[in-house]
Amino acid sequence: MNLSEFDRSCLAGDLGKASQFAMSILMRIGEIQSAAEMIDITRAHIDSTLFQGDATLEFAEKLAHMGAKVVVPTTLNVSGVDENGWQDWAVPAEWAEKAHRQMLAYQSMGTEATWTCAPYQVSEKPSFGEQIAWGESNAVAFANSVLGARTIQYPDLLDVCAAITGRVPAVGLHLNENRAGEILIKLIDIPEDLQIDDLFAPVLGHLLGTIADDRVPVVEGLTVELAEDQLKAICAGGASSGAVHLFHIVGQTPEALTRAEAFQGHEPTDVHDINLRDLRHIRSELDSSQGKALDMVVLGSPHFSFAEFRKLDPMIEGQQCHTDVDFLVTSSRAMVKLARESGLLDTLEAFGGKVTVDTCILTTPMLFPETRRLMTNSAKYAYYSPGLLDAEVAFGSMADCVRSAISGRVRTNNSLWDS
Amino acid sequence: MGDFIQGKTLVEGEATGPVLWSDKPLSFWGGYDQNTGEIIDRRHPLAGHVGANRIIAIPHTKGSSTTTGVLLEAVRRGKSPAAIITTGVASFLALASIVANELYDTNFPVLMVAEDDFNKLESADWLSISHDGVIEIGVNPQPDSPS
Repeated sequence: MNLSEFDRSCLAGDLGKASQFAMSILMRIGEIQSAAEMIDITRAHIDSTLFQGDATLEFAEKLAHMGAKVVVPTTLNVSGVDENGWQDWAVPAEWAEKAHRQMLAYQSMGTEATWTCAPYQVSEKPSFGEQIAWGESNAVAFANSVLGARTIQYPDLLDVCAAITGRVPAVGLHLNENRAGEILIKLIDIPEDLQIDDLFAPVLGHLLGTIADDRVPVVEGLTVELAEDQLKAICAGGASSGAVHLFHIVGQTPEALTRAEAFQGHEPTDVHDINLRDLRHIRSELDSSQGKALDMVVLGSPHFSFAEFRKLDPMIEGQQCHTDVDFLVTSSRAMVKLARESGLLDTLEAFGGKVTVDTCILTTPMLFPETRRLMTNSAKYAYYSPGLLDAEVAFGSMADCVRSAISGRVRTNNSLWDS
Repeated sequence: MGDFIQGKTLVEGEATGPVLWSDKPLSFWGGYDQNTGEIIDRRHPLAGHVGANRIIAIPHTKGSSTTTGVLLEAVRRGKSPAAIITTGVASFLALASIVANELYDTNFPVLMVAEDDFNKLESADWLSISHDGVIEIGVNPQPDSPS
């Protein structure tokens, strides 16, 4: 790999121990990836913030003790604990203490304390064509697909190395030629009513991941313009069921004004026709629990946006959550602050709902052991909960989730899907 | 003597042990219990098997960026795979091994093999991996132990 003078001086330790450590890891990974050179990045999002145990804490504190400082604007992904609200849940004190130490280590590096998996909601969005280093799979898919910024999926432990040096190996989606669509997903006769249904986007995302795996899918046949929260849901679904870090939607996403542009003039290697029956099948993969008693409803993966707080508000106003059901929204400090200022949290609290910030049910051990059946509208929560939480999952729209929370049993309205 | 396969070494090292093979990619976050080494992604064909100190052969990893964190924790607890064999450039898996070496002075080898060779491993039950990336398909010397 060709190293610049800057890269060499990092490696020599001229810029301190942390830069030296970070560059040596970047260089080894660059060699494994057969990178020709390193390039500059102008922004980073660190996913290494997730507390997994002593090892991730020791890694963070080692860097902090070496005096690590980021050299580009850097946002932080979710942490392992809601530092003010963990006592209300089942989080062990030792976990909270260590996860908090890990938060402090990453905050000490000159980062922005965003603590969210949806950095595109709370910080300045990367611009089209900008080279960035982001971790967190849904955020990576969003940056590449929706914003047209350029990042590979940075794994934990490497994203912080990129932020400390401002350099990354020039590989994968950083390079134009790797951003071309590879397979075509043709939606056939999907009713517009369904395209705007709350569950359509997460189901489409789950389908993209299942079919595309790690190839770049191009979606054709959408007749409705998707909102930011729908795009977010596609990103989370596709990056959970598969390794989708970039997708194109013809006529909607910035590198896909036309089908030809999405494929950079090439032909798709595969074409998949998708009809309503296929979508119904994918939907059923995420769900299993019609009519059963419910312990918890959880919304907000990726983190709940302000628009979603507003959408939820009229659904729960004047209603009461069932006493056997916990109703939880996971979000960021920034979005919760907006919701509080707009009075939306009052409605949520009157309903019997709660909010957790900085983290989520998958990254902090907050759930009580008696929580056996969850309901969500997130394909990501639905995908990971059975394995990570040993919980049964029901999958429904936001309205289904509210209806079920009130009745205490899973109640979904499938009329759009069954037609 | 068994068959030999030449792998490309991403992270060098030696390993010997039973093999867990699947042609389905695996996310270690949400898919691998760092405390026990059990594969916990219920949608994965290897669900329920224990990957600790075994050689895992999968096409690539997928999903969360925290796969590296999970593997680093597993190394610290002695519950990491003995080695991982993939068909793609497994930079996440290699990274976990490289950082484990920096922090704990121990790691696991990561090798890349051609797809044809990868498919030969499906029926294998015991592998030996050498420093130069040669994989020997052998016979489990303790055939009664669970695989």
